[in-house]
Order: sequence, then C-alpha cells, then structure tokens
Amino acid sequence: MFWTSILLALASLVLTLSFGLRLGVDFTGGSVLELQFNQRPAVEDIQKALTSQITDPELNPVGDSGIIIKTHELSEAQHQQVLNALEVAFPTAGLQEKKFDSVGPVIGNELKSRSITAIIIVLLAIIVYIAFVFRKIGRATSPWAMGLAAIVALMHDVTIPLGVFALLGHFYGIEISGVFLAAALTILGFSVSDTVVIFDRVRENVIRRGSKELFGRIVHTSVLQTLARSLNTVFTVLLSLFAIYFFGGESIKYFSLALIIGIFLGAYSSIFVASPLLVWWTQKRKA
Amino acid sequence: MIVGSLLLFVFIAPERVNSVAKKLHIPGVNVSAQPFRLGLDLLGGTHLVYQADLDKVVGSQSDAMQGVRDVVERRVNLFGVSEPVVQVSGADRLIVDLAGVKDVNQAIQLIGQTPFLEFKTVLPSAEGDKIIKAKLGANVGDLTAAVLCSPSNIESLAQFLAIYGEDPCFKSSGLDGSGLKAAQLTFNSQTYQPEISLQLNDRGRQLFANITQANIGRTVAIYLDGLPISTPTVQSAITDGNAVITGSFTPDEAKTLVGRLNSGALPVPIKLVSQQTIGASLGNESLHKSLTAGVYGLIFVALFMILFYRLPGFFSVLALGVYVLIVLAFYKFIPVTLTLAGIAGFILSLGMAVDANILIFARMKEELAAGKTLTAAMHEGFSRAWLSVRDSHMTTLIGAVVLYTATTSIVKGFALTLGIGVLTSLFTATMVTRSFLYLVTGPWFEKRKRLFR
Repeated sequence: MFWTSILLALASLVLTLSFGLRLGVDFTGGSVLELQFNQRPAVEDIQKALTSQITDPELNPVGDSGIIIKTHELSEAQHQQVLNALEVAFPTAGLQEKKFDSVGPVIGNELKSRSITAIIIVLLAIIVYIAFVFRKIGRATSPWAMGLAAIVALMHDVTIPLGVFALLGHFYGIEISGVFLAAALTILGFSVSDTVVIFDRVRENVIRRGSKELFGRIVHTSVLQTLARSLNTVFTVLLSLFAIYFFGGESIKYFSLALIIGIFLGAYSSIFVASPLLVWWTQKRKA
Repeated sequence: MIVGSLLLFVFIAPERVNSVAKKLHIPGVNVSAQPFRLGLDLLGGTHLVYQADLDKVVGSQSDAMQGVRDVVERRVNLFGVSEPVVQVSGADRLIVDLAGVKDVNQAIQLIGQTPFLEFKTVLPSAEGDKIIKAKLGANVGDLTAAVLCSPSNIESLAQFLAIYGEDPCFKSSGLDGSGLKAAQLTFNSQTYQPEISLQLNDRGRQLFANITQANIGRTVAIYLDGLPISTPTVQSAITDGNAVITGSFTPDEAKTLVGRLNSGALPVPIKLVSQQTIGASLGNESLHKSLTAGVYGLIFVALFMILFYRLPGFFSVLALGVYVLIVLAFYKFIPVTLTLAGIAGFILSLGMAVDANILIFARMKEELAAGKTLTAAMHEGFSRAWLSVRDSHMTTLIGAVVLYTATTSIVKGFALTLGIGVLTSLFTATMVTRSFLYLVTGPWFEKRKRLFR
C-alpha cells in the first residue's frame, strides 16, 4: 500500500512535469467567449468568419448548440467586433452570448503567485497547528514528526489530483481554472483533518496505556478504532460532492471532480501514508 | 430551540410563511422579505477589474483611488443599474460589479472614458504632417495636416484618431475636465440648436483665459472622449470662465453629455484588465442547477445518516436542519453574496457538518459496545470526540481563512461560505445534537439501546 502510494505520487509528479497542467485563462491571460445558437453553423464556417477578426481563435463546440471560443486577450472593442462579425455572417442562427471572460496577463500572473503563496501558508499553518495541539504527546513520539507525517500525506493528496488533471488536460483539453486553488486548499484542510482524527486517537491511547506498549501497535489500534468514522465521513462528504458533480452544472463539474479525488485520497492517505510514516519516523528516531 | 428555529425559518423564507398564512386564512401575517444576495454568476451581469495608473499621482495614492471610485460610481449610477458595486481592491485596482446589465459594451465605454473633456490648441502643421506620414506611410497621397485639420474635415479627423490614436492637428492645452465647475444644456437663441454651456472653476478660468489670450484668431478645439466635437476659432480672450460647445448633436445626446460632464473626470487614467460577463440565462441555469445539487446533497446525507446511525442519525439530521437554517440566516444577515462557488462551499459544508456528528456517534457506539449505559456512553461520546471535532474543524478553518485573505472574488465566496459552515457546524454538531439526544435518555430508551447502535 505504502509503495503504491509512492509510485502513484511519483507518477503524478512525472505526468505533471512532463505534460504540464493546462492552465485556464484566469492564470494565463486571454479571453473566452461562450456562445449559444438556435441553430449552430458549422464550426469551420464560424472559424472562417472569425479569421478576419482574431488571429488564433480556438473553437470548441459545447453540446448541440453552443460553442466556446478562446483567444488572446480581447479588448472590449474587439469583443464587440467579433460578435458583430458573427452576427453578420450568420444572421439567422439566433446567436446569443452566454459568457465572456477576459483576463489580462497581470491578473493571471498575480493569481499564479497568490495561489502558490496561499498553499505554502496553509501547509505551514497546519504543521504549526498540529505541533501545537499534540505538544503533550510525551516521549512516545515528537509532535513535529506528527506534523511532518501529516504534511507528506497532504502532498500526496494534492499531487495525485494534479497528475490526473495533467492527464485530463493532455488528452481531453480540460483546463485548470482559478477555482482549482479553492479545491486544492480544501483538500488540504480536509485531508489533514482526517489525519488529525487518527492522531488524536493515538494521543489518547498513548496517554491511557503509557508508552510501554509498542508505538506501532498503538497507532495500528488507533487506525482501526477510527476506521468506521473515517469511512463514514468521507462517504458523506463524497455524497455531497457527487451531488455537485452530477447536478451542479458544467462550470463546477471539474472543480468537484478534483475535490472527489482529493478527498478520497485524503482519507486513504491518513490511514496508509501518514500513520505508517509516523511509526517509521518514530522508530528511526529512537534507533 | 424549536422556537428559535421557527424564527430563523421566518427570516430565511418569508415568502413561504406568507403563502402558508394565506392558505390557512390567517389574517395579518405578512413578513417582509429580505432577499438573498446573489452573485453575478447566478444573476447574470458583468464583473470588471480596472487597473489605475498611479505613476503621476502627487500626494496620497489612496485618496486618488477614492476619487476614481467616486467618479466611476457616479458614472455607473448614471447608467441606472440596480445596486452596482464599485470598490477599491488593493492599492491600484478598482472592481465594478454590474448585475443584470444588458449592454455591457456601453457600460464599459461609459466607465472607462478617461478625459471626458479636453481643450486643445493647434499643433504646428509641420509636426502634423510628420505624424500623418508616419502613420499612413506610402498611402499618404496628398493628405496634409492643413487639409485634415480644417474645420470642415472634422469627421475625417475623428476617423484618423480612432484608427491611429495620434492627433496630427491639436495638442493638449493642459485644461481638461478637472477645470470644469458645471455644464448645462442650453439652446442657441438663433439656430435653436442644442448647445452645452460650460462654467469653469477658478483654476479652469485662469487656464482658459491664458489659452484664449495666446490663441486669438486661431482654433481651440474641444475634445470629448478623445474625439473633437467642436473646433471654434477664438475671437477674443475669454476671462469670465464661460465657454460654449456647439456641435451637431441632438437634444438627447447633448443631455447625456451634460450628465457625463457633470459627473466629473477621472483623476487618474484607468485600464480594463479583466472582464467576466455572464448572460442572464446562464446565471439562471446555474442557480437552478446548484440548488438542485444542494437539495440532492442534503437528501443523500440525511438518508445515509439515518440508515447507518438510526435514532442518533435521525437527530443529527434534525441538527443538520438547524444547521442549514443558521447558515442561511448568516448569509442573509452578513450579507454573503452567493456565487456558484459559494453554493458549492455550502453543499460541501453539509458533508462536514455531519462529520462532527459521525465522530461523536462512532464514539458512542464504541462506548455502548464496551457495555456502558446509554447516558454514560453519550456523555463519553461527546467529551472524548470533542478534541477530534475541534481539531478537524480548525484545520479546515485554517484553509478557509487563508483562501479568504489570499484570493479574490470567485474563490473568496467559496472560502466565506465554507468558513461560516465550519464555525456553525462546531456549534450545531455539539450543542444542538447534544440537547436533542439528551431528550431521549432514561429507562425506556436504556432498554432499547439497539436504536442507537
């Protein structure tokens, strides 16, 4: 189990690094125009109508009657020209603008650096919180080992969804948008809370049985004792997430998918990554 | 607690209460509604981010930003949008949220116009020729500045400006909209054409006097929104600070111009750096879908809890109901602007709110299995699970707080609803569930422990 995790995490890392993530316009800057037709003209015709207006449009049909057009950043004037050109080219198609996003490169870069800062702050805050809460764990193990074990599990939980989305991006063109930051941070918060519940039980058992018993045994018992809770909690959260995934509409579908993967992994890694790591670390320290 | 919940319900869904009262023929019941505040992505509308250029600002930059904000707000109000949001974000950003705007293009133009009004003096024609040559290159033909700048060719000049963005005819005189005190719509007594009378403030009057003095017999052009609208020739120095713009506008156009002039000029230039526009139909669709998702989420979670934890599960569902009421009341009270991501945060927090109960009940089951009495097991369940509940909520809260402070708009809404959810669930999962459960202790239930396992 332990090795599977390491393998998966490594594979995800490699995938992320080699394919790269497909970042949405909120990160890269650019414009996205979503249109709805009563009767959609052929995609090639739309492409043709656009070439006089924009240099590098990327067209993706949505459903039967919609289309998403992605370009470099358009000014408001250019945006109107594009709409106008389409209106002129397809006067009977019943064109309707559903959505238009345009993000300057400054904003995109800012979001990128903010995202990274936010994730680092969360990781640090969590290590400190865990070390503080478990400061009385005594001689059995060190609170910092707990914090570190939790963080390693966290990285595992965030890396694997990244890998999945690198794959999805590469093969299906699915993009990472700004809300993925929210997903990543929520996964962090959730998965650490899974770990904390197990560690809480470890602490209780250490205090109750003293440090006479083998530390590995104590952790094992604690994992088993909290197993039902871990599974049930994840199950309820996943229930809500599946509700979002299936009924929440297109725009938050992949956001909930990221959460589904991450939160499932969060529960898994608390049991199969954080706990073994804690034991391994403690024993190494004592030896 | 039941009374409290009922009151909350009245607060959250007044229209429901009203309709029930109507059905039951209870007279005199009419609770006034305060609606939920919906975000642009659910309502349809546009979210604009402007970047201000503060390089040339002397003195306080935050004052300059406030000035920009005030002017933009006045312009937006002119547009007649309901409840526009105009706020300064960070040091040099301005965020404008317009809900339900149909013609976004027009709104953007209205907001972004930097120099509403500018007085310009003649540029030497040699320099003008140079600009024309540079822009047109080989196509220049026999076009010279002298031709292009003659008053009869004012429309060609406007076209040249719109295409090439550089003015071959006039240069800035230093007098702009900030020298303006008031504008007024008047009609020419001879031609009955609409005109705009300008009254300049002290600084403007001084400048205008100097400009007209220096340019007697020459043209002083009046530019609006970067385009020439009037190119009168100065007859004599004007020192009383009154000027008139004549041009070929309709009374309606003149009226709009007056309104815009009076609403003031921007103290610093701003540039649109980000725009998000959501059509009303898409907004409606998203609202509908996210509500459906919320209802299904609630039902799934409730079913699972009752099936797995039986009686306590049932009580936790009641507690979840109270939780939903409290959270929704918070949304109205603060008020929280509900976005799509925000609703996702809320649905997610449903799952978490139940987590606290699961922790407690799982512990209760254990204690019951260890042979304790029901009351003792309940007591142990709550007190021992408390640390775990606290810690697991705290870590999620850390994430929500960082998200809230480190990000903008879309993600912020998610962080806010998630954070409110976590704090509320700390309360409902412990206090509310506990008081429900203590209702069902006693010998009768002691004999039916099965209900709890």
